[in-house]
Amino acid sequence: MKQGKVLLEVKGLRVAVAGTEILKGVDLTIREGEVHAIMGPNGSGKSTLAQVLAGHPAYTVLAGSAAYDGKDLLDMKPEERARAGVFLAFQYPVEIRGITNSYFLRSALNALRRERGEPELDPIDFLQFLEQKLKAIGWDDSMMNRPVNEGFSGGEKKRNEILQLAVLEPRLAILDETDSGLDIDALKTVAETVNKLRGPDRSFLIVTHYQRLLNYITPDVVHVLADGRIVKSGGPALAHELEAKGYDWLRDGVMVS
Amino acid sequence: MAAKTGSVERLVGSYNAWATNGASRAPAWLKDLRAGGIARFGDLGFPNMKQEAWRFTSVAPIAEGSFELAQAPTRVPTLEEIRPFLLLEAGYRLVFVDGFFQRSLSTPFFDDVQSLAHVVTHRQDLVREHLGKYATTQDRPFSALNTAFVSDGAFVHVPAKAAIAEPIQLLFLASGDKQVVTHPRNLVVIEREARASIVETYASLGDGPYWTNSVTEIVAGEAARVDYHRVQRESTRAYHVATTQTHQGRDSTVNLHTIAFGAALARHDLGSVMAGPGGRLILNGLYLLAGAQHADHHTTIDHAADHCESHEYFNGVLDEKSRGVFTGRIIVRPGAQKTDSKQTNNNLLLSADAHADSQPQLEIYADDVKCTHGSTVGPLDPRAVFYLRSRGVGEAEARRLLTYGFAAEIIGRINEAPLRAQLDAIVRGRLAEK
Repeated sequence: MKQGKVLLEVKGLRVAVAGTEILKGVDLTIREGEVHAIMGPNGSGKSTLAQVLAGHPAYTVLAGSAAYDGKDLLDMKPEERARAGVFLAFQYPVEIRGITNSYFLRSALNALRRERGEPELDPIDFLQFLEQKLKAIGWDDSMMNRPVNEGFSGGEKKRNEILQLAVLEPRLAILDETDSGLDIDALKTVAETVNKLRGPDRSFLIVTHYQRLLNYITPDVVHVLADGRIVKSGGPALAHELEAKGYDWLRDGVMVS
Repeated sequence: MAAKTGSVERLVGSYNAWATNGASRAPAWLKDLRAGGIARFGDLGFPNMKQEAWRFTSVAPIAEGSFELAQAPTRVPTLEEIRPFLLLEAGYRLVFVDGFFQRSLSTPFFDDVQSLAHVVTHRQDLVREHLGKYATTQDRPFSALNTAFVSDGAFVHVPAKAAIAEPIQLLFLASGDKQVVTHPRNLVVIEREARASIVETYASLGDGPYWTNSVTEIVAGEAARVDYHRVQRESTRAYHVATTQTHQGRDSTVNLHTIAFGAALARHDLGSVMAGPGGRLILNGLYLLAGAQHADHHTTIDHAADHCESHEYFNGVLDEKSRGVFTGRIIVRPGAQKTDSKQTNNNLLLSADAHADSQPQLEIYADDVKCTHGSTVGPLDPRAVFYLRSRGVGEAEARRLLTYGFAAEIIGRINEAPLRAQLDAIVRGRLAEK
């Protein structure tokens, strides 16, 4: 595969939350069009990495850097990151009362379009746009007129995150344990959609505890995060190895310096 | 206490002068109703904060203010002047200024959508059968006072199996330039299997202090359906005290929406009696306050019959130094089995100085019932703010959007689409001011 240019370059990233250091020096390079998976045991810092890249204000960067498309990502507000093409599919999507999914998505899309100097879409244009997007991923519009995530099942919430991904067309999509709480059918649907959204202009960072999502989405690179550091990186086979052996051999063994 | 007694005496004196002069031509039964009202008010006096139902709301500014009984306005506004206060273009319309019916601004419908003053003589039996039968004056001094001064207001009657296709608008405008009190009295009788949609609005042409003390009684007969909307947009220096009392027959449906934007001090007592089995009630409320506004909603749903459903949703959006009070009393009478009652009150505090009190009061005397309640008081959820920001929405806009959602959740339940759009625009306007 021809290598794209570097989209995200994380170097020596150390991050604390509430005074506790969670990430203890993470290095990660993602090129355009690549799909990276980050695996690791609970508490290894996977979700912290996802959240800090999206700009969650609860996390404090102690040291290190993250360059996105040549810019200092850590210096950007969450909304600036989103407008520059960073998207986080939340592990726990938030319920928003009184705002329909359709209205929410249009507000988000228009914020991005303003940034790109494109005209905002009115409700009618947006519905047409949305219809195309839904068609492309083979979904219906049943979630669109319900308040954002309110009363959604776990699976619907995760699907809704992927729908937003499809509409907002990010350059870097970070999926934070999108597979957790999904039954196998929902997992397949989500994976198929992600596969349809893969392309040379879009990179993925897939954070997951289990290997099963990676049965359906084949990553280019698999990283293992343990105790706040990436302790091993490899090809798709690494995910299978982890599934077979668990994480203990990494924690106890040779890899941790 | 002297000042308080004095103000009660002044109101009783004002009643005596009015009863012997302007109101002396009323039929005997109405005179009796009024006399009962003033006697009750004289006994009760103004409520005080030691009383359970008034523990969060002081009516001292009303009791101590010198409000004269309103006179007929010297100048009637034009239709153009009142247009901003009309929330619907279509439908029938009854307009009152300072409590007086304005025939020239109204579009009544025979004696079914009419001024109460008119039907008191023209449909005496029907009015007499219902007026004052639902809104109790016991322990309700303001309702008693309103009853003492019953003279005009809106009357809506839909005969059995009929439907008034167009919505009916009741507009109560204050001149807002005189320190006066009005006592609008509304009676809505929707007979068996009949249907109506009504919008009751309070607003002001001026910004002075005045006092509105209204009572609305709504009767829904067997299998009737009423969509009732109440929009309070009084001047921010006004005092607004109101009672809305519904009475539902078997298999009837009442959707009651109450939206409060205005008044310095507002107290709204909403009472619903589920008198026949199979009734359905939606009680849907929003209070959107800022400055030093105080709004107190005191709701009582009385499940007196079995197999009834009541769903109550009240949201408060409180900015600056405003205060919202919600009391949700639900009574399930012995024998009211299979009652399904749900109550929710959510309060959004947009400032550290804003304050909300939320108190559910469940009194359940039947054993096979489903009653749930929940209430929240708090600022915007920071997780929700981050969620929106992570989608590219700026922080200020994210906060505005989430606040709007709080209001939209309530307004979105209104079936009358043009009204919903108008209210939506008012909410957006209020939030854009920030």
